[in-house]
Amino acid sequence: MVQRIDRDLRRFRQIVRGVVKKELRKYMQTGELLGRQGKNVVSIPIRQIEIPTFRHESRKSGGVGQGDGDVGTPVAPGDGEAAGGAGEAPGRHLLEVDVTFEELAAIMGEELELPNIEPRSRDTIEAEAGRYTTIGHAGPESLRHFKRTFKEALKRQIASGSYDYRQPVIIPVREDKRYRARKTVRLPETSAVIVYVMDVSGSMGDEQKEVVRNESFWINTWLKSQYKGLETRYVVHDAEAHEVDEHTFFHTRESGGTRISSAYDLTARLAVEQFPPSEWNIYVFHFSDGDNWGGGDTQICFKLLEEQILPAVNLFCYGQVASPYGSGAFIGDLASHFEGVENLILSEINSKDEIYDSIKKFLGKGK
Amino acid sequence: MIDKDRLGAIIREIEGYARGFGLDFFPVIFEMLDYEEINMVASYGGFPTRYPHWRFGMQYEYMGKSYGYGLHKIYEMVINNNPCYAYLLSSNDMVDQKLVISHVYAHCDFFKNNAYFAHTNRKMIDEMANHGIRVQRYVDRHGQDAVEEFFDVCASIENLIDGSALFESGSIQRPAGDGDTEAEVLDVPRLKSKSYMDAFINPPEYIERRRREMEEARKKSARFPAQDVKDVLLFLIEHAPLLNWQRDVLSIVREEAYYFAPQAMTKIMNEGWASYWHEKMMTERVLEPSELIDFADHHSGTLAVHSGQLNPYKLGYELFHDIEHRWNTGRFGKDYDECDDLRAKADWDTGAGLGREKIFQVRSIYNDMTFIDDFLTEEFCREHKMFTYALNERTGNFEIDNRNFQAIKEKLLFSLTNMGQPYIYVADGNFENRGELYLKHRFDGVELRQDYAKATLENLHKIWTRPVHVETVVEEKVTLLTYDGANHRERTMGEHSAA
Repeated sequence: MVQRIDRDLRRFRQIVRGVVKKELRKYMQTGELLGRQGKNVVSIPIRQIEIPTFRHESRKSGGVGQGDGDVGTPVAPGDGEAAGGAGEAPGRHLLEVDVTFEELAAIMGEELELPNIEPRSRDTIEAEAGRYTTIGHAGPESLRHFKRTFKEALKRQIASGSYDYRQPVIIPVREDKRYRARKTVRLPETSAVIVYVMDVSGSMGDEQKEVVRNESFWINTWLKSQYKGLETRYVVHDAEAHEVDEHTFFHTRESGGTRISSAYDLTARLAVEQFPPSEWNIYVFHFSDGDNWGGGDTQICFKLLEEQILPAVNLFCYGQVASPYGSGAFIGDLASHFEGVENLILSEINSKDEIYDSIKKFLGKGK
Repeated sequence: MIDKDRLGAIIREIEGYARGFGLDFFPVIFEMLDYEEINMVASYGGFPTRYPHWRFGMQYEYMGKSYGYGLHKIYEMVINNNPCYAYLLSSNDMVDQKLVISHVYAHCDFFKNNAYFAHTNRKMIDEMANHGIRVQRYVDRHGQDAVEEFFDVCASIENLIDGSALFESGSIQRPAGDGDTEAEVLDVPRLKSKSYMDAFINPPEYIERRRREMEEARKKSARFPAQDVKDVLLFLIEHAPLLNWQRDVLSIVREEAYYFAPQAMTKIMNEGWASYWHEKMMTERVLEPSELIDFADHHSGTLAVHSGQLNPYKLGYELFHDIEHRWNTGRFGKDYDECDDLRAKADWDTGAGLGREKIFQVRSIYNDMTFIDDFLTEEFCREHKMFTYALNERTGNFEIDNRNFQAIKEKLLFSLTNMGQPYIYVADGNFENRGELYLKHRFDGVELRQDYAKATLENLHKIWTRPVHVETVVEEKVTLLTYDGANHRERTMGEHSAA
C-alpha cells in the first residue's frame, strides 16, 4: 500500500539531504559519521530541523516530578511526553536519519563538485543490463504499447484510405502492433581496489591517524559509488611494510624509522600478484608525515613509483599529515621529481580543517 | 490475529458497560491498523489525512525508528469527532484491545462532555481533509517551495492563540467591532433641567469626569489594536499584508491550533479520566480470570513513573480517585477545612457518598489548570512524593529542589498556564506610527529562549513585512528584541520589577 505519508516523508528526506550537504564540511572535520556506518547506511544525527517558536527557557524553569529522594538528588528530566494520546507535540528529539552510502556519495559529489570517474578503457567483462526503454514489432500482448499501436493503425488506415472521420473506427492488424521491448546496454563491469598505505613510524600520532581514518571513510564512500566491486587493502610501514586488516591498520602503533620504499615495494607486488592492472582500477593512497629515512631511500621510492606503480594505477595519492616530529620533506621531493605527472596527486593536511580540501583534491580529477 | 467478529462482540459488550456506568459519548468507530499505518495516523496527529508538510514525515520517521528500537508503542489513539474514530493496533493481543477499547470510551465521553471541547469542530476529519485539498491546490498553483516555506513560518507562530477564546462560540471567527465609537464631538449629554436646577441635575464634577472618560475612550480607540490582542494569529490574518492563499493557509493553521488546544489543556484530566474508567471497567466487568496478570502488567505500565517524571496518566488517575474518595467520605467544605484535629481528619467519614457524582461534574467543567488548583491537596502531594526540581548551575544537573506543597502547586500551575506556552500578545500594530508590530511577553518568571525567539521574529517579519518587536525580560531587565528584516537588535528598557 502506498501511504499518504510517503509524500511527506520524501519531502523530509530531501530536507535532510540539504542539511547533510550543508554540514558536510563539519562531518569531514570531526569524523562523527565514522562510528555510524552500518552495512549499507550511515545514520546521521540531525539537530537543526526544528521549527522555532516562542518558548520558555526550559533549563531555567525546572518542573515537578515525583519519587523518592532528598533535596539535591539529581533527577533526569525527559520531556515528560508519554507515548500515546492524540497529542500534537512534534518530536523534539535528536533524530537519526539513515542515509545510504549511495546517497551520501551523491551528496558528497554535489558538494565537492566531484566528476564521475571514467574507468580506464580496457577489455573488461561486460555485463548486460536490460531496461524496457524501446519499442519492438513483436512481443507478448501484455507488453503491447497501446498508443503506438493505435498510431500505426491510424497511419495505415489513412494511407490506405480506409479511414472515415465520420466513423473513426481504428482496427489494428498484426503489422500495426508495437510492443515495449528490452534494450540491452553493455556496461563494462569494472572493479576497483584501494590500497591504503600508512606510515606508522613513531612520529605518526593518534591525531594523524584520525585524519587518515577520516579521509579513508570519505574516499571509500565515493569510490564505492563509482565502482561495483570495491576491494580495500591496507599496508602499514615503518622501516618494513606489512599487509594488515582494517582494524590493525588504524590501531597499530609501531615505532622506529621510516623506509617508504618498503611500502611501495609491497604495494607494487600486491598490484601485480593480486590485482592485475588489466582487470582492476587501482587506487593507492599513501599517508605519511613525510619524514623518510635518508641514505637514498627516496630515490628507490622514485624508481618504484616510476617503473611499477604509476603505470599500473589510476591514481596515486600522497597525503602528508603534519606532525610535530616529521620533517615533511618527502612531499617536496615528490613534487619536484614528478612534476606534470597526471595520476599522481599530492596534498598536505596540516589540520582537520583541511581534510575537506584534501579529499576534493584527491578525487577532483575524475580518475 | 484477532477474530473480527469476536472483537465486534467485545466492543459492543464494553460499550454496554460504559453506558451502564453513566458514560455518555458519540458513536465510536474502531479501525484496525498495522503498526506502519498507526504510525502514519499518529504522525498526522490522529487524522487519516492532513495537508502536505514535511514535519509529518519527520514525525513518521521518528516514530518508525523508536518503534523499531522498541522504545515506544502506540496503544491507543482516538479523535475528537462525531462519530469518534479510534484506532486499534492489529498486533495487540486481546487483553490490550479490551483495555484500549475501555480507555477509548472514556476519552469519547470526555470529548463530548468537557466544557472546553464544547466548541470544537466535531466534523474535524472532514475539515482536515478539506484543508489538505485546499493546500494541495495552492501547491499546484504556487509551487511546493513557496507553500511549504509559508507553512514553516505559520507553524512557527501557531502557539500564539488565545485559550480563553474557546468559550465563545464562533470565536474562531473574528470578533465583531462595536461600530462607530469615535464620537464626533466630545459633548457630554446633559439631562434636561431648569437653569437653577442644572448644577444639581448635571453636577459639573460629573460632567467633567464623563468628558475625561470619553476622551480616554477616544484615545484608546485611536490605538491599533484598541485592546491587547492575545490571538496573534487572528490579528495577523486580519491585518498582515498577505496574499489570499497565504491568509487561507494561516487560517488553516489557526483553526487546527484551536482544535488541538483543548486537548493540550486537559491532558492530565483526559488521560486520568480514561485510565480511571478502563481500570474500573476491566476489573469489574470485562476481564476474564486468565487475563488478569497481563492486564495488571499493562495497566501499571501506563501509570508508571519513570525516573521521577510526572506521568499525566498517573497524576490524573490518582486525583480522580482522591476526589472520589474525598467526596464519598465528606472530606470537603467548611467543617472539614476548619477541623484541626488531625486524628479526626484522618478518620473523617460522613458517609456522604457523593464521589461518583463529583467526578462526573469535575470532568464536565474543569481543565487541567483549575483541576490542579482545586484538587491538588497537601496530603496528596505528600502521599505521592511530589517535588519540584530545578537546575543546579554548579553541577549542571536537574536536582530535587523542594517538597513544599505551595511550591509544587505553583510550579505545576505555571507549567499548565497558557498550555505551558509563553503568554504573548499584540500590544501595538502601528508602533511609533510606522506600521511596526509590537508584541509583549507577559513575564511570569521564566525567560524566553533567546535563539528561538530571534528565529521566530524572523518568521514573523516574513508575514508582517515591517520590523517586528517583542518586549520581554532578559536577565532581569526589560528588553526589546527587534528584527527589521536584516538585523537583530536588543535594547534594554529598564529594570524588571517583579510585580
